[in-house]
Amino acid sequence: MSTAVTTRPTVPALPAPSDRPDPSAAPPHGTDTEALGRELDRIRADVLARRGDEDARYIHTVVAVHRRLEIAGRAALAVSLLPPAWLAGTAALSTAKILENLELGHNIMHGQWDWMRDPAIHSTSWEWDNPTPAYAWKHTHNHIHHTWTNVVGRDRDLGFTVLRMSKDQRWHPAHLFQPVLAALGAPFFEWMAALYDLEADAVLQRRKSLRSFLRDTANTVRKGARQAAKDYLLFPLLAGPSAVPCLLGNFTANTVRSLWAHTVIFCGHFPDGVRSFTEEEIEDETRGQWYLRQALGSANLEGGAVFHVLTGNLSHQIEHHLFPDLPSNRYAEIAPRVREVLTAHDVPYTTGPLLKQYASTWARICRMALPDLPITSVARRVLAAAS
Amino acid sequence: MARLLHRSALSERVVRLVLGAAGRLTTPLLPDDYLAMADPLLSRRWPAGRVEEVRAETSDATTLVIRPGHGWRPARRAGQYVPVGVRIGGVLHWRTYSLTAPPGRPGDPFTITVRALPDGRVSRHLAHRLQPGEVLRLGPAQGDFHLPDAPPRRLLLLTAGIGITPVMAILRALDSDDRPAEGTDVLLVHSAPDPARTVFGPELRAMAEDLPWFRLYEHHTRAGARPAGHLTPEQLPALCPDWRERDTWACGPAALLESAERLWAAEGLAERLHIERFRPPPLLPSDATGSAAPGVPVQFAASGVETAAGTGTPLLHVGEAAGVAMPSGCRMGICFGCVSPLLHGRVRDLRTGEVHGEPGDLIQTCVSAASGPVALDL
Repeated sequence: MSTAVTTRPTVPALPAPSDRPDPSAAPPHGTDTEALGRELDRIRADVLARRGDEDARYIHTVVAVHRRLEIAGRAALAVSLLPPAWLAGTAALSTAKILENLELGHNIMHGQWDWMRDPAIHSTSWEWDNPTPAYAWKHTHNHIHHTWTNVVGRDRDLGFTVLRMSKDQRWHPAHLFQPVLAALGAPFFEWMAALYDLEADAVLQRRKSLRSFLRDTANTVRKGARQAAKDYLLFPLLAGPSAVPCLLGNFTANTVRSLWAHTVIFCGHFPDGVRSFTEEEIEDETRGQWYLRQALGSANLEGGAVFHVLTGNLSHQIEHHLFPDLPSNRYAEIAPRVREVLTAHDVPYTTGPLLKQYASTWARICRMALPDLPITSVARRVLAAAS
Repeated sequence: MARLLHRSALSERVVRLVLGAAGRLTTPLLPDDYLAMADPLLSRRWPAGRVEEVRAETSDATTLVIRPGHGWRPARRAGQYVPVGVRIGGVLHWRTYSLTAPPGRPGDPFTITVRALPDGRVSRHLAHRLQPGEVLRLGPAQGDFHLPDAPPRRLLLLTAGIGITPVMAILRALDSDDRPAEGTDVLLVHSAPDPARTVFGPELRAMAEDLPWFRLYEHHTRAGARPAGHLTPEQLPALCPDWRERDTWACGPAALLESAERLWAAEGLAERLHIERFRPPPLLPSDATGSAAPGVPVQFAASGVETAAGTGTPLLHVGEAAGVAMPSGCRMGICFGCVSPLLHGRVRDLRTGEVHGEPGDLIQTCVSAASGPVALDL
């Protein structure tokens, strides 16, 4: 038998642990991070040992449900002059697009299903229904965001380069407008994400060549055009007399998907209780400390089984960040064990219902729009001491 | 609907045109991805076949009759093989099997015969657990083990065990030819444990009785009071005195093939011996380029791993030894499950020695070695 390692990178390679850990990187409450790391490794190993037919059936089922929902939605929107057909079609297509984006696209491109060795469901070959090309997203998300989660200056997802989400990020007067910017961006999240994945900021900082920026821009424009042509030109044309409602239905479905993805993603790292880190704090970070940072930098959402699937199981953001390459259907199963391990090590486990977390995210967006005046930071410290 | 599409008389070109146009609607998926929901056999992107019949040949060998779907590239010659992908425990495993019958018309079912190896998870699954109706992935039929357009009149077929499979296809092809050329003379020297465990034994014996141009010599390694042991090429001159004048096609265990190669080479007849191996020949040894250096730098960029590798070591092994999570599959250059993007540098194909690679190329790490400093996006 082959001894092939079929999984994709699990936890990104880390610098070798130093003999004397940097005291500034010391975790809260004196957690034994290496023991924490070993216990989390065991959870991961247990899942890998049981991963098999059942998981494969799950992802094949989601693929089939997505494709059936999409066919049904498109068919109904083809006769969407009838209002019930419009409603049903738009609902089906919105759901299909949400599944395709989060439970399929996001998780497959993470390599969660590469172990099946099926080129049809594989991180190297998957392309999604989104203007940003798979390769661009895999770089900014899998590589940058998951390696440097919540590290100011390294994790571009910490505010997506335009929002200030941590007091460790320098305030700029432009941040005063960030609540408006965040609100306007939400319905067009897919297009915003495509712009973001081009990494214009990296070009300015000379981390990315102008040449590759232009190449990526051309690729994104080409893909965006195909995406737009499909939803806003070809399907409406095929719908004949239903062209206008069909176009509106497609637009609604894309908007619903954008709003939902935006909500789920913002709730993953920005609610109260989630920490950010400075580059100094993560110097010489060990695997155990990397785990700790992932746990402290992520927040879960509470809900039922259908809710979890619709969030692409990103409602288990903590489990996902600890084990980005485990099949998403296993996150719910390991969540109680992960929580138990973290709690035993005095590591907070941030979770809450969607509305509460969403409100908390917006509160942070608004709070961070304002500069940290000395008086407010003093007040904060007093409050913290009092509590 | 699936049946209708299967029977559709539209020409291949029209189908491709329609699918291309429909692709504008299904982007970023392909129309294929939706068609395959109705029937996996409609997929051109991931060619598949359905098992129509499962037939036991011996206690451990099973013939599978498989109806191939659209997009499968059929065999052109008798003796070729097909990569077969089967899902076990959720994981797609690829193995190659010789087709045991000459090519039929496009879309016709084909047969393979699988022997369950004692510790072969995949072969045992295929031979013992597969049920009619199951769908297998298929790779394009391929291989150079076949007779030339004008087959030589005098043939020696040298086989052992399950190595009979590609030769069976060749024999059946010769048999289906109504009037074999004048003077055709085919001798099959076949080794098997005993008559009962001879795959295709009854058919071969019947052919030997019926066909004037075909002779069969059966060597049984474990039958009778005094087992004969393995067949060795040294026994050949006695079995086939004119072996030097014949073109020979041989298939069987590595030991048999290696000793045959030595014998033919010693007589200066290497080009008259045609061999089919079920396992690839050993890769070129390390430092086959003559370099004494421990290796060239190899970088796995996404994992942040840098190491050094010999120019004869597959990059897949280099990565695994360095702890990089390498995608992999068949490990013999067939399934493309290991393809990985090259960031810079060039690689050498260990099968051909060809040096190739441009940044962005997907290279097969299992059969490619660094030919100089190399970086992979893994």
